[in-house]
Amino acid sequence: MNLQFVADGLLIGAMIGLGAIGVTLTYSILRFANFAHGEFIAWGAYGALTITSLIGFSIGRDVAPLGPFSFGWPLLVAGMLAMALTGVLALALDIVLFSRLRARGNAIIMVMASFGASMALRSLLEFIFTSQPAYFTREIQMAIPLGGGVRMTPDQLLTFGLAMLLVVAMFLVMRRTNIGRAMRAVSENPTLAAVVGVDVERVVRVTWLLGGALACAAGIMVGITVQVRPAMGFDLLLPLFAAAILGGIGSMPGAVAGGLIVGVAEAAAVPLVGAGFRGAVAFLVLIAVLIVRPTGLFGLRE
Amino acid sequence: MSDGVPMLQVENLEAGYEPGVPIVRGVSIDVAPGEIVAILGPNGAGKSTLIRSVAGLVPKFAGRVLLVGADVTALAAHQVIRHGLAFVPQTENVFAGMSVADNFALSAAILPARDRQARIGEMYAFFPSLAARRGTLAGRLSGGERQMLAVARALIVRPRLLVLDEASAGLSPKMVEAVFHRLKSIRETGVTILLVEQNVRAALAISDRAYVLAEGRNRHAGRAADLWSDAAIAELYLGTAPVLGAVS
Repeated sequence: MNLQFVADGLLIGAMIGLGAIGVTLTYSILRFANFAHGEFIAWGAYGALTITSLIGFSIGRDVAPLGPFSFGWPLLVAGMLAMALTGVLALALDIVLFSRLRARGNAIIMVMASFGASMALRSLLEFIFTSQPAYFTREIQMAIPLGGGVRMTPDQLLTFGLAMLLVVAMFLVMRRTNIGRAMRAVSENPTLAAVVGVDVERVVRVTWLLGGALACAAGIMVGITVQVRPAMGFDLLLPLFAAAILGGIGSMPGAVAGGLIVGVAEAAAVPLVGAGFRGAVAFLVLIAVLIVRPTGLFGLRE
Repeated sequence: MSDGVPMLQVENLEAGYEPGVPIVRGVSIDVAPGEIVAILGPNGAGKSTLIRSVAGLVPKFAGRVLLVGADVTALAAHQVIRHGLAFVPQTENVFAGMSVADNFALSAAILPARDRQARIGEMYAFFPSLAARRGTLAGRLSGGERQMLAVARALIVRPRLLVLDEASAGLSPKMVEAVFHRLKSIRETGVTILLVEQNVRAALAISDRAYVLAEGRNRHAGRAADLWSDAAIAELYLGTAPVLGAVS
């Protein structure tokens, strides 16, 4: 059996996992399901695309690709800038919209507001960039045989490696730093967190910045390996939530593991039961896991 | 610390969870440096709301809270602790999903970086049973160990005033004795203690003075021994008959 679907699934699963970290952080710390999170993926990708174009325009010549990859250094610079800007976009959305609603303490209103914000952000992207797909690069890459009939392009290997690197970095931030402990504390008990001296509003701001930045990274990776479209984030939204719930809401390792499982399940559906069932298979896995373990794979509490 | 300045002054405080619905109605209390003071009263008297408001967790509608003379009335909980008031809630007072070590590290984060490890080491020395369980999730500790962790976590920041809400709740009589014995040891290190208690006997046994609240208002105040021996107060407000000689 050709295991190409496993490699494809792990690749898309890593990107889903990156996005799902933001979903699970937002859900556990701000206590609402943010359906606008997918738009940070799309806005991040378009942000990086725009900055890459501006860098190319300002230096007035084409930049040679880096080594075996299909893109040059401008995308690396643009990626870092776009991650920061997408984090700021997420924070701005909180300041303008969610923080006002949070004060009223009604999670349902916040969820509905996030639906509205999602549509507005997506429509704005279509208005600015049209619905036509865009690409970071049009370089043709040869896939490298990895054994067992599996082939991946250098771009795919790099994006998978970078995604795992970001996951490890986030894990270390959450486990080893004061802000990471504060985020875990607010997630578990915001009142007690305030009592021990944690500035909960600061933690909320950091959560938006990190969630937005990680969504942007996922968007750039999808853009490099597939394409950039205004609906790219919306299309990933359900897999993001499936991954976050599958892993256990509030668990960052769970979100990543959930992303990889959803990605592989989706990819496995294509050769096993047909491409038409791709979306459904991930949810069958989700339902099966939740029946056996309602708190998700890594969930510790109700 | 300024000589003669009370550790805590609460002046005509009105506080509650909803605007216009005060639960605490014009309560005033003073706590002198080095004292152990108990807040007593029947259920619904507003005891917990009073100290949660002092700690910055419940909105204040009127009155003032002064900590060593500094006005902390308008400060939020995460700012109040930086002025030297550490609060131990009645329930969910540790982070159950974090290890003992992470509970300590989180609380120590407001100390200067160079002091943190040394202070955590002092707490492990003061609470040796926790030192042996530093890698254990707090949620897996026994009720008594959790209460010790909650108190130790509060002490890490070197508070001037330790405020405890029902420290004995849910503990066995043996553990209650251990916790209150530890509170006396903590007072000997110079920490002032304000505690809300339903366990009147245990609270009065270690307190210097006590306030009795009822219906959100001051009803009585005095030396712990005097309150205990006042039959009328004991029966009306403390839910117990006096046992002469029980308070030492």
